[in-house]
Amino acid sequence: MTSYEAQEDLPEVCIATESSEDVYKTASWRTQRPVIRLEACTKCNVCWKFCPDVAIELNADGYPVVRLDYCKGCGICAEECKPRAIDMVKEG
Amino acid sequence: MPLQVISGNYAQAYAAKLARVQVISAYPITPQTTIVEKLADFVASGELPAEYIKVESEHSAMQVCISAASLGARTYTASSSQGLLLMHELLHWASGIRAPIVMGVANRAIAPPLSIWTDHSDTIAQRDTGWIQYYAESNQEVLDTALMAFRLAEHDDVRLPAMITEDAFYLSHTVEPVDVPSQEQADAFLPPYKARDILRPGEAARLGSYIGPDLYMEFRYKVARAMTRVPGVMAAVEEEYERITGRNHGGPLPTYRADDADAVLITMGTATTTARSVVDALRARGEKVALAKLRVFRPLPMHELRELARTVDRIGVLDRSYTGGLVGAAYSEVAGAMFPARERPLLRNFIAGLGGRDITPPMVETMYRRLLDGSDSEVEWIGLKERKEVTVDG
Repeated sequence: MTSYEAQEDLPEVCIATESSEDVYKTASWRTQRPVIRLEACTKCNVCWKFCPDVAIELNADGYPVVRLDYCKGCGICAEECKPRAIDMVKEG
Repeated sequence: MPLQVISGNYAQAYAAKLARVQVISAYPITPQTTIVEKLADFVASGELPAEYIKVESEHSAMQVCISAASLGARTYTASSSQGLLLMHELLHWASGIRAPIVMGVANRAIAPPLSIWTDHSDTIAQRDTGWIQYYAESNQEVLDTALMAFRLAEHDDVRLPAMITEDAFYLSHTVEPVDVPSQEQADAFLPPYKARDILRPGEAARLGSYIGPDLYMEFRYKVARAMTRVPGVMAAVEEEYERITGRNHGGPLPTYRADDADAVLITMGTATTTARSVVDALRARGEKVALAKLRVFRPLPMHELRELARTVDRIGVLDRSYTGGLVGAAYSEVAGAMFPARERPLLRNFIAGLGGRDITPPMVETMYRRLLDGSDSEVEWIGLKERKEVTVDG
């Protein structure tokens, strides 16, 4: 929907077929990012389960990967990580 | 069609049945309950082939209607008072996704103290939810207006939800002769709902979901524009209704004996009938008083109100609600509409009839007296029990 320049070009009703994550990258207010130390990760998936923004996905080997376009830096994954394999690092 | 003697609540139910609603969801609350009880009867007997979805709260009832409307169904619900307040959050969702839901409301006071009686505070408190609001004076008007509301709400230029309110007990439980249109008449007036911009099973889409600061404002503007188109569509719908049934109810602000009036009282709902009789009584005594019925509160009939301000010097607004401001809600709306006029009338606000207190002819006469005498107080509660000074002769 971001391609619309004027209200006249918008549909009358706010209905769309593309997913909102395709349109909106929602991580702009992040002040810190999770950095995963894979050598300490046990692939328990707890970070993946707890992420409130579905911003962690699992790669083919079962390791977590942070989707930085959507991660808001809340730190819940680092807090919940049992082997303390996630560090929250301040954004530049 | 012979007249049927029915309550305001049954008038609502008959209208929904004549509209061939497809989904009904509601949660009972006095004094609305017999609306949805009657509809449950119609569904159970097979007279109305609709889905009747039972829920655990008014919040869920509105959500069911929104979901059903999002899939293109014609929907109806009803509520009152605290139940309507519980719906509040979802009323915004209904208008925001342009779901043309029609809802009957039996106006009831808001607790505390707990009261089941007439008071407009429940629907006035929903004035900012993007719903069209009609206030009815009689059971005939309830039925006719509810049918018209479907046509208006679903109109391509509108697509907004509408509520038809009726005063608790004065209408909801009082029977009156009502000319119920035939199904053929209703079908001729109201074609099946052809929904656009809806969700369709098997096709991924999102409706009303997250949007950024880049586009939110534009969608609010579209709702605002739709509201500005309502008066024109409403007039056309009423004209069409009259063509088929022979009845209209005079637009959003019908007036009574207002041509040469010194003072006009603006009323809503059943107090209008009482005020009309007072107008006749005072006119018989040579006093030039008149009446204007604010039949549509959302969108506010700006044009008609400004026209009234142009022709009358003294205007009173009777609020049958109190919603926390320094003045009544209808008064502040009417005053706001009239403020840009070059010559503003004297405006006075009367708050009366809260929690089911009868608005009697002497009370209405007091309002006209205050207007004609130019009372100093801008807002006055009429009919309040107050200590009176008693003078003992001798």
